[in-house]
Amino acid sequence: MDKLDFSGLCSRPFSEKSSAHLEDLSAITSSVQDFPLPQVQDVDRFESEVMAYVKPNHGTTTLGFIFKHGVIIAVDSRASMGSYISSQTVKKVIEINPYLLGTMAGGAADCQFWQRNLGQQCRLYELNNGKRISVRAASKLLANVMFSYKGYGLSMGTMVAGYDPTGPGLYYVDSDGQRTKGQIFSVGSGSLYAYGVLDNGYKWDMEVEDAIELGRRSIYHATFRDAVSGGTVSVYHVTANGWKKVRGDDVGELHYEYYPAAEAHPCFGTDPLEAA
Amino acid sequence: MANVAYQLGSSGYAANSAHSAPHAHPSWSPYDNNGGTCVAVAGNDYCIVAASTRLSTGFSILSRDVSMIFKLSDKLMILSPGFQADARTLHKVLQQRYIQYQFNHSRPMSVAACAQLLGNTLYYKRFFPYYTFNICAGLDEQGKGAVYSYDAIGSHERSGYAVQGSGKDLIQPVLDNQLKAASPLVLPPENWMSSLPLDQAVDLVKDAFVSAGERDIYTGDAVEIYIITKEGTRREVVELKKD
Repeated sequence: MDKLDFSGLCSRPFSEKSSAHLEDLSAITSSVQDFPLPQVQDVDRFESEVMAYVKPNHGTTTLGFIFKHGVIIAVDSRASMGSYISSQTVKKVIEINPYLLGTMAGGAADCQFWQRNLGQQCRLYELNNGKRISVRAASKLLANVMFSYKGYGLSMGTMVAGYDPTGPGLYYVDSDGQRTKGQIFSVGSGSLYAYGVLDNGYKWDMEVEDAIELGRRSIYHATFRDAVSGGTVSVYHVTANGWKKVRGDDVGELHYEYYPAAEAHPCFGTDPLEAA
Repeated sequence: MANVAYQLGSSGYAANSAHSAPHAHPSWSPYDNNGGTCVAVAGNDYCIVAASTRLSTGFSILSRDVSMIFKLSDKLMILSPGFQADARTLHKVLQQRYIQYQFNHSRPMSVAACAQLLGNTLYYKRFFPYYTFNICAGLDEQGKGAVYSYDAIGSHERSGYAVQGSGKDLIQPVLDNQLKAASPLVLPPENWMSSLPLDQAVDLVKDAFVSAGERDIYTGDAVEIYIITKEGTRREVVELKKD
């Protein structure tokens, strides 16, 4: 077994003053060599067998869109291992810094670890350059890391959203190394359902309240049709003043908010035999 | 365990080429599942940590008195059901890092710091994971119970209670029924910690293990319980059926 490299985790000893060379900290940008690989001939096969054992958390609906008054991010909170619901309270919006948000779809550990790592890289950028990182640059940092691990079996579909001097920003970044700038995205197993509602209701010059409601409704309808999405719907609004969490609603209660009367639900059908 | 053929030997990766491992049996697997169930319950001023003590492989019971609870300190514990060889290795790594942290920072490690350390340690084995499903539990800096649960590669989340291991499917729904509070994600925020009095929570945990022992072949023999309060830590052992 190769030795574990914890250099990226080591805390600075007290003797080192704050003048510590920033390049030392570049270890935070963990490289492929930091992670020990199994000593097997067929690494690909081993990785797929391992994934069957450990069954990492999966399944999600997330969305984000830019409109006149900023960016809206909305997510569900369910995590499943196979058909077992391992958590209903996953925090799928990762608060990178007060102006940057990341969303989480795919492997929970991959998203959590690398977005935390992105947070560290963004903070180092601020210290080195004396200004906040742009959404464009932040998303590229993440995409570069993802590209360097291409083929290693990472699973991550994320949106990086935020606000910088150029205005609102929204990028899709995934574990294949793809990075796309866009106005509207939805990611995850429930994204098709969310897109249906989102594309139908989206207008550039919406009011903030309407945009928040659109995000929440899109996720709610995705949790209704997608078995591996559910839990609570969280909605964030990003403006020039940073992000703010604006909604957090249990899906069980949302259902009765949208359909106070059971017979008002589109799934409610009358028996044709009885109707006759 | 599935029959998985792993050919040992030097791979094409530079990181591994220094070693040339011996030829291994084609059906050999680096992993086994030793079973066992772990539960942790956080309260407003306590934390209950419990783990069964049976160690099995397949249909064989290898030992009846093996602890899956790793005590980093009186107020900080790691529970690791799954593959015990990996669990012991993981505990050894954590122990070393825990001591190093105390030298560097001149204070004990908080539960939150330990939770992040465990997450990173698991993730650093992302491509050859520790086959363990951990819980990190203890008292936080306010003296409240803190429970973090993990998947095998380091994703983690704080919760009011957690169950891991072979009896998870049996016990988790019972605890959901008895302890479930509002989601920590809802706005406006609501209290998401379980609010059971300590003695009732201990009884609930004991009952859960007794019941899991009736239906899960990997849970039995005994359950080791630590009750952590700011007054101190108490250890109890409850005998379970040996069959």
